[in-house]
Order: sequence, then structure tokens, then C-alpha cells
Amino acid sequence: MSARDDVMSRIKSALRDSPIAPEIPRNYSRTSTMNDEQRLEQLVDRLIDYKANVFVVAAGQAPVKLAELLAGSSSIVVPHGLPDSWLSGLPSIGGNDAGTVAVQVDSPERRLTVEELDAVDAVVTAAAVAVAETGTIMLDGSPSQGRRIISLVPDRHICLLQARDIVGLLPEAIARLDATAPQTWISGPSATSDIELERVEGVHGPRTLDVLILT
Amino acid sequence: MSNTFLGMPTLPVFGHGNLNATEPFPKAARRELANTQLRANLGHATHTIRDKRLKVVAELPDWEELRNAGSAIKNATMANLPALLEQFEANFTARGGIIHWARDAQEANEIVTDLIRATGETEVVKVKSMATQEIGLNEYLEEQGIAAFETDLAELIVQLDHDKPSHILVPAIHKNRSQIREIFLREMADVDPALTDDPARLAEAARKHLRKKFLSAKVAVSGANFGLADTGTLTVVESEGNGRMCLTLPETLITVMGIEKLLPSWTDLEVFMQLLPRSSTGERMNPYTSLWTGVTPGDGPQNVHLVMLDNGRTAALADEMGRTALNCIRCSACMNVCPVYERTGGHAYGSTYPGPIGAILSPLMTGIKSEENNSLPYASSLCGACYDACPVKINIPEILVHLRGEDVDSKRSKTKAPTQMDLMMKGAQWAFSSGSHLNLLEKGLPLGKLVAGRNKVIKKLPGLAAGWTQSRDIPAPPSQSFRQWWATEHQAPAGVEHPEGDQA
Repeated sequence: MSARDDVMSRIKSALRDSPIAPEIPRNYSRTSTMNDEQRLEQLVDRLIDYKANVFVVAAGQAPVKLAELLAGSSSIVVPHGLPDSWLSGLPSIGGNDAGTVAVQVDSPERRLTVEELDAVDAVVTAAAVAVAETGTIMLDGSPSQGRRIISLVPDRHICLLQARDIVGLLPEAIARLDATAPQTWISGPSATSDIELERVEGVHGPRTLDVLILT
Repeated sequence: MSNTFLGMPTLPVFGHGNLNATEPFPKAARRELANTQLRANLGHATHTIRDKRLKVVAELPDWEELRNAGSAIKNATMANLPALLEQFEANFTARGGIIHWARDAQEANEIVTDLIRATGETEVVKVKSMATQEIGLNEYLEEQGIAAFETDLAELIVQLDHDKPSHILVPAIHKNRSQIREIFLREMADVDPALTDDPARLAEAARKHLRKKFLSAKVAVSGANFGLADTGTLTVVESEGNGRMCLTLPETLITVMGIEKLLPSWTDLEVFMQLLPRSSTGERMNPYTSLWTGVTPGDGPQNVHLVMLDNGRTAALADEMGRTALNCIRCSACMNVCPVYERTGGHAYGSTYPGPIGAILSPLMTGIKSEENNSLPYASSLCGACYDACPVKINIPEILVHLRGEDVDSKRSKTKAPTQMDLMMKGAQWAFSSGSHLNLLEKGLPLGKLVAGRNKVIKKLPGLAAGWTQSRDIPAPPSQSFRQWWATEHQAPAGVEHPEGDQA
């Protein structure tokens, strides 16, 4: 008998008393009662609590704010589906002054190597959805967020989030996402509680997380 | 599949590996308790995490509703396990993942070794995983000439120190910051000699130490927190980003998961991802959660394997009183609140699974007669703090009592002659069966007083009862019993009334 058949057979024997599967009581909160403003406020509060840097700006101000955040950076990586307009404020791509930021685009045609990703200063991505209650940003690998590796190897992650993509509670985010997409849920920069159970930020993932919320 | 055709296997088939107490718990506990540094470290850590957990749990007005849902979802999972496993397998396989089945620890170790060999690699990076700890994978791989590098900070500390994990979430909970600094200075070849014991500096040292390994690793081994049957999705919950590194960068990913880790649906994750982080690290959400379904072309490992592990889980499932122990999501809240764990630490339990959940899970998976596992159900005061803290409401005290019964039954069948305990129980049965019997016995009280002597304490009881006086004295019994006193008191002279009724 194969191991699979053996294990299956053991399970069926173990359940010979035919236990009844109970009804699942789903009377926990599944929709938030907060309005847009409260959700934004709570998300900002939670993100700051977990040591992310948070900036709330009008959508039109995104290029200016992004350029400001990237002052001093010489290279960034972006997924191929990131809206071009967001990068329009960067000091003259291809220009010749000292403030130039080299933008590398990761795409299905040209996948950056680990070494290339390790050499850039930051990654800029969008996000699929964010949960206010837990301060969680969710990436699902769509073209504006890119492959999982690009938001992992660079030491700084700048994430642009549309305010309309903020939900109150986790069940609302689950309802929006496709389970089979490769997902990364991010709640603050990389951290550990392994030393005396005190949380300290900055281990293997990006040590700086900047969240730019566009209203 | 037809059971009649294949023949009914004889259940239960018990598990092997690092699931045993190798010495009786009281003996191990006595040794661990003598380590004052360990007690100080554990006391500090468990109290820190208790406070954090209470604070974030209090933030959710629907916490009890979430626990009820979590408990019901897991009970439903176990009731429908064969169908859910088939559904999970079909979905995971349809997306390019490959599933292997392992009856026990040995078989799982062999499968993982063969998969690593097939890649031609001799090094793997590892995400913290209880299942691979349980089967002793690292030790097995070492024998086969394959080096496994633990990447979780606490696992790294334990591995560098050639020590054993003592907690399922924070394996190095028994070490404080200055001990960790010493281990790093001693064992990390490339460490900065000016390293301080500031946790942020220690975390940074771990980052530097492992960075090259991550960026060049070809094979990773992980566990999984949840498998979602209706989509074939696997989930790893972590903090540091070492999990993401292992799950994203290598070409080959091998995951070892117990068959009980399934949830019926993607929607169920909304319950468990609220229960788990708050119960384990006391956070609203852990820093990173990764989800993958088979292979995603161009994104992450392209060779994705999953080893589905029994190793005694079906034995636990066959125990109708104990099977809810399989609902455990390995949050560790029960050990953090346990007055016994807090003092003895995890090593005293011997098994990979320590604390209250380990005291039931280990004997359920191995059978009560395995090595010294019959001592584990007694490693509890039955105070019930674990049950209150459990996010999926496993009634641990009830299962502890059930397993104590199993232990007594297993010994009873061995011996024909009545034991000391049997005789004492018989005596108690006679004494408490009637008032006159008890009266007769109580006449002997002054005798106890005589034994106690001038110090008015009894220092040593005879026979089995000696256990009770091992670490404490019994005060001398009074010269009369309550019943005798009551009888005398109620023959008080007429006219003297009790004061309760008086209008003061």
C-alpha cells in the first residue's frame, strides 16, 4: 500500500465514530462600521505603532513626495506595472546632475537578479489592499506590485497605497484578494521578538518601510 | 478508496522522533528548577508576553466569537479530514506543486533527503518549523552529509549553541541577551568583536551572518502554519523576513506539514489570522505572512514540494477524548500562561512540544506507554489557565485528566496484586462511606499528635505518602476533629444563643 493510501486509511479508521462537523458560527465582525476618515486614521496609527514611516498626501502630490523621499538615493527598482506618473518627479531620469536616480524595471521580459536587487537603495511598489485594524499592507503579485523577491531584497520598501484600498477589518481584505495569487502581508518593517520577547525592528526583510497613502 | 478492500489497519499507529520525555517529568523538572538563571529568564519572558497578549486581545470586542469560530472550524476539519486532504491535494497539484506522504518521521526524513539529493546541493536554509523539529530532520540530514542552516533568530541561537529548543515560538526563550551575545561572539566566525547585548545589535549581527546564505541558497525547507483545502494554498507566518527569504529566493522549496494543519477554506483564514498573531507574539499582526499555491511561474521557487506527515497524528485522531489536541495552531499561549512551564521551562518536558499542549499532544501521538511520556499528563496543577488562553478552546485540563486515566489503566492491566495506591483508595472508600466509620478513625487523631512530637510537625509519612512530605511538613493533627468539636459545642448550656440573629 502506498504511504498515501496507508495514511488515508488510518484517518478513516480513526474517524470510525463518524464525528459530526459542527456549523461554523460566523457572528464575529466581518464588516467595519468605520467611515473612510476613521479607517485612514486607524491605519496610520497602527503603522506608526509598528515603526513604519507614514505620509498621507493628495494623489496629485505623489510624484513630489516620492522624489522627496528618494532624495539621496541613487538607484531604485520598480515593478513593470507601477504607474509611470508616480516617478515623474524624480530628478531627471537620464539627466546628468548628481541627484539622478537610476530606475531599474523588473518585468517578465527582464527579471532582475538577486545581485542587482541587493545593490539598489530602495524598491517602490503599489499595494493591493490594507487592513486598518491590524496595520497590514497586502501585496498580491499583480503588475504594480511585482514579484515577491523585489519587495524583499532591497533594504528599503516604499509602498504607495490608494486610500480607497483601505479596509477596516481582515475579513474585508480576504474578500478582495485571490487566495491563489502569491501574497505577502506586511505589518511594519522586519522585526523579531526572539530576544526576551521584546520586539526590535530590523532583521532580514527591508529595515525601512515607508508607506505613502494617496487620498 | 475502500477500507474493506484494503483491510482495516490496526489503530493506533504511533509516532516516533523527538516526541518523548526521556526521563520522568518530576526528575527533569527538579534539575531545571535548580537553574536560577533559567527561572529568571523564563519568568521575565513569559510575563512580558502575557501582558502583551492581554492588551491586544482586549482590543477585539469579538474575541470570544473568533475563538468559537476557530474551534468549530478545526472540529469540522478533523471530522472531514479525508475529503479535505483530497481536495487540498488536487488543488495544490493542479498548480504545479508535488505532494509526498509520510507515515512517520523516518519516512519524512528520507523523502526530504532524496529531494535535496536530486538537486545536487549539500546545503539548505530552513524556516523555523515544529514538524521538522519533531522528526529530527536536521540531525538526519547531517548524518547524510547535508548541512541545514536554521534562519529564525531564536533557532539560530539554539543551533549555534548546540542546544535544544525550549519553547515552540521562541526556542531560545531560556537565554537572555547577554547569554546570546556570548554565543554569537563564540560561534559566529564573522562577528564584530565589539558586539553589545542590545537586542537591535544582536538582530543586526544575525542579519549579516545569514545574508550571503540567503542570497545564494538553492534549496529551502519550511513548515507551514495553514493549508487551505479549497484553494491548495500554503501559509507561513513569521516576523523577521527569514521566512520570505527561504520561500522566495531558492529554486526548490520543500515544505513539511502535519496532516492536521488544514483549514477547509480561504475564508477561514480570516479567523485564524486574527487569533494566531495576538495569541502568540501579542501583536495585532505579525510582520510578514507569505501565501503560495503550487508554483507561480517566474515568481519564487519553481520546484515546490510538500510532505504530508502523519507520525502519530492519526493515533491522536483515533482518541475521541483527545483528538481536539490536533486543533492546536502552535501559538504557545498555553505555555506562556502556565505556572508549571513558567518555572521548569521547556526542556523538562523532553518532547519537541512542551508546556500544557505538549503534555497532551506528546502522549497522544506516541501512546501513553512510550518512554516516560506517562509522566507528562501530571505536569500540571489543572488550574485551567491554558484552556482560557487557547485561541481554539482546546480543553487541555480535561484531556490531561483523561490521559492520567489512560496511564492508570495501562498500569492496572499489568499487575494482578493490588498496589499501595489501590489499598489506600480502598481504605478511603471504607472511611468515607459512613459517618460511623469516619468517627472511628478520628478517634486515632491524638495518635498523630503523639507522632508529631514537641515540634508539632510530621516530617516523613510512610510508603507512597512519603512523596507528599518530600518537600513539606505536615502540621500535627488537632486533638479532636471538627465533627467531635461540633458535637461538644452543640451541647451548650440552655439559654446561650448564637449571636447572628441579634439586632446590634
